[in-house]
Amino acid sequence: MSKNPPNYISTTNACKLCTPLGAAIAFKGIEGAVPYLHGSQGCATYMRRYIISHFNEPIDIASSSLSEKHAVYGGGANLKLGLINVTKKYRPQLIGIATTCLTETIGDDVKMFLNQYEQEVKGEKPTMVEVGTPSYNGTHMEGFHNAVASVVDALAGKKDGGAEGTPVNILPGFVSPADIRYLKEITEDFSLNPTILPDISDTMDGQAAKTYEKIQPGGTPISAIATMGNALASVEFGHTMSEKSGGAILAEKFAVENIRISQPVGIRASDRFFDHLVKLSGLPIPEKHRAERGRLVDSYVDGHKYIYGKKAIVYGEEDMVVGLTAFLAEIGVIPILCASGGKSRKFAEKIAEATGDLLPEQPQVHEGMDFYDISELAESLEPDLLVGHSKGYPLAQKLSIPLIRVGFPIHDRMGGQRILHLGYRGAQQLFDLIVNACIAKKQSDSPIGYSYM
Amino acid sequence: MELLKEREEQIHRTGEQPFTLTCNKDSLAGAVSQRACVFCGSRVVLYPIADALHLVHGPIGCAVYTWDIRGALSSGPELHRLSFSTDLQEIDVIFGGEKKLTNALFELIERHSPKAAFVYSTCIVGIIGDDLEAVCRNVQKEVNIPVIPVKSEGFKGNKRAGYTAACNAMARLIGTGDTTGISPYSINILGDFNLAGEIWMIREYFERIGVEVVANITGDGRIADIQRAHGAALNVVQCSGSTMDLAKVMEDEYGIPSMRVSYFGVEDMAQALYDVAGHFNNPEIMAKTQALVKEELQELLPKLEFYKKALTGKKAAIYVGGSFKAFSLVKAFRLLGMDVVMVGSQTGTEQEYRELAEITDPGTIIVDDTNPLELTSFLEEKTVDIFVGGVKERPIAYKLGVGFCDHNHERKEALAGFVGMLNFAEEVYSSVMSPVWRFTYQKAEKK
Repeated sequence: MSKNPPNYISTTNACKLCTPLGAAIAFKGIEGAVPYLHGSQGCATYMRRYIISHFNEPIDIASSSLSEKHAVYGGGANLKLGLINVTKKYRPQLIGIATTCLTETIGDDVKMFLNQYEQEVKGEKPTMVEVGTPSYNGTHMEGFHNAVASVVDALAGKKDGGAEGTPVNILPGFVSPADIRYLKEITEDFSLNPTILPDISDTMDGQAAKTYEKIQPGGTPISAIATMGNALASVEFGHTMSEKSGGAILAEKFAVENIRISQPVGIRASDRFFDHLVKLSGLPIPEKHRAERGRLVDSYVDGHKYIYGKKAIVYGEEDMVVGLTAFLAEIGVIPILCASGGKSRKFAEKIAEATGDLLPEQPQVHEGMDFYDISELAESLEPDLLVGHSKGYPLAQKLSIPLIRVGFPIHDRMGGQRILHLGYRGAQQLFDLIVNACIAKKQSDSPIGYSYM
Repeated sequence: MELLKEREEQIHRTGEQPFTLTCNKDSLAGAVSQRACVFCGSRVVLYPIADALHLVHGPIGCAVYTWDIRGALSSGPELHRLSFSTDLQEIDVIFGGEKKLTNALFELIERHSPKAAFVYSTCIVGIIGDDLEAVCRNVQKEVNIPVIPVKSEGFKGNKRAGYTAACNAMARLIGTGDTTGISPYSINILGDFNLAGEIWMIREYFERIGVEVVANITGDGRIADIQRAHGAALNVVQCSGSTMDLAKVMEDEYGIPSMRVSYFGVEDMAQALYDVAGHFNNPEIMAKTQALVKEELQELLPKLEFYKKALTGKKAAIYVGGSFKAFSLVKAFRLLGMDVVMVGSQTGTEQEYRELAEITDPGTIIVDDTNPLELTSFLEEKTVDIFVGGVKERPIAYKLGVGFCDHNHERKEALAGFVGMLNFAEEVYSSVMSPVWRFTYQKAEKK
């Protein structure tokens, strides 16, 4: 169900971000790419600031820096000038251009401008990919998925080449750099040759380096994107994106089977992911991962009593909430409210699918929520913990309950980019976090304190 | 590094040629400016007013990226820490957002009982042409509080234009309150935003010397105080870029003189108090000021010695929002024995840059509206030990293996006043002297 009883027409403390931000992050996952916002200067700067506060990495987002006269006469000239300047200074392989509410509304035809640019500007030019991201349409997740789809649409092909091994495409959605590093490890352990799009594992979690890199190394190579049409299959995480996703485009254009699964959070969803990898590779689950699963089950048993029956509110991006809710259900925590600022209209259905056999009663599931709505509901729901990004902190503080920080943004703690959500290893980390948060809460609430669990 | 041609005239090196520097122009497309927009300028100035409703009329991004961005503390209500938006959708863009805005205002005013409401326009509102003035007027008729439009469409200039929009909005409040009982020795504090509780320290200094503070504009600000701010005898303006416009309006309309001050660094803090005391020309106030400065310095200076010893000869670079703050930082670094080798700002004026060129050492880079690649090359060229900036500058410093001090909206350390100087020294010291730089490649190679 969606919020919007008739009297609610304002948003207080949104549980979502705007579309171009998602596009900028997706573009950052491509090798040699510079994200570029076609709009006024503020959008790019605000998003840079916001993204830096999570990843603690430089993120250079260029802007057309439109002013009033451009708003009246159109932003074409500045777009072209901006592209020339970015090319000069950054020597990018790709410029990912996302529109903003301003340029969408004044009706700038970016495709046409790019054609003009192609003809007018001489010399070597970076590849251009553009995506329409009016910020009054959807959330940052629409921006993210649409940017991925645009990249696939523009660049994916059936070129020969690529390294050895069975090629597969992984379209993981907006997960952490740590998640992507781990996905690479898993797929490579199956002797698969994965193309992960986008890949922010290095670009948004870089190393200390000898010299300053204008564009951080890493990201999905454009040459690898060009061979995505050859893959045995695409594995796409998430169910709430539009039908015209990156995986769907690959299926339509190149008949690459698109396997759409929930984000592999928790044992059951991870099992499904591993099952697909077994089928795709023809190999059994490598011993290393079997052992990790075994240790995870062992810890589930060791820790179950400390969390059984605890009530949780889960919020954030819809696909991540679906994954987390399934995970909480399997460890005995009761999800009582699942909330997102997104509006896919598939949210409740996907949560029911992922948890139906585990939960005697479905949680309340609401789309289009903000933190005012979540807070209001929380008062009567009496949750024991919150699971979501940093923006839930004021609520956790008000209720004096633990906040398990996951997703994006994490800007009141170090290491947002290193949080692991996916697979057996991710489940292990989340499980320990949650159990320990509950133990710590009990311990600190105890008038005498205790030294053993 | 090779500069983009259009950027060349916005960079000056002290002593290497006669002073020339172009500034206050639109950011260059594709240059990755560190600047934000008009909306940002008005938002950061007005938002610390803690008992007002701050409603952003636009799609969600503008409100969400500025949610509690400044960490401006309040001693009472905290309405300013919430992020309100009309969250415009496609249908509102097509049919206009006035109705939604009206409903949002009624809803939020009923829910929170604010003392006033500010309605910020964003890019899109300027394009679709919603009549904010009319909506605010109509709502105000019904709700019995001031409902004030802030004309801050993002594309209508840079951050400075946003400051002006904020001052225009506040000017509508001033003159509407009762001024009886205000002391002849009274001031308004303009241009302090109460980061880390700084305005409480500054207010205390003024109280100690016998000066009444009528209104804080805008840190820990209250609508009722601003409404009676025209009863004060003097406006004391710190962040001149952001609030000088308001001081000018108050001078024109109410004859209130103003002075520019800075609370950063020992010299400027003391000077600010002396200037205010001097303005009132009252021996008792002057005597109290002298006693205060003496007392504070006796406490502070011995403590600073430790840091000075460690930091002498180290090199600092500065890039801040407004350039007036940069003067104080140059002096503060000198007090610690450090050399400033680069100083720049997003929105400085030609006069300010000229004065910076006069007080800085030969070879110092002075830069307007710069970007990550330029900053990188300056920091590398000058082999800097610490960089002062905001969140966007932080990863640039860290990737280069350079220490960092946050002197912007988000900082949690009070850097104003006498205690602030000590905090500043501590923070600079703890970054410059950290052993972690031994592991970064740049520093390791230099050794």
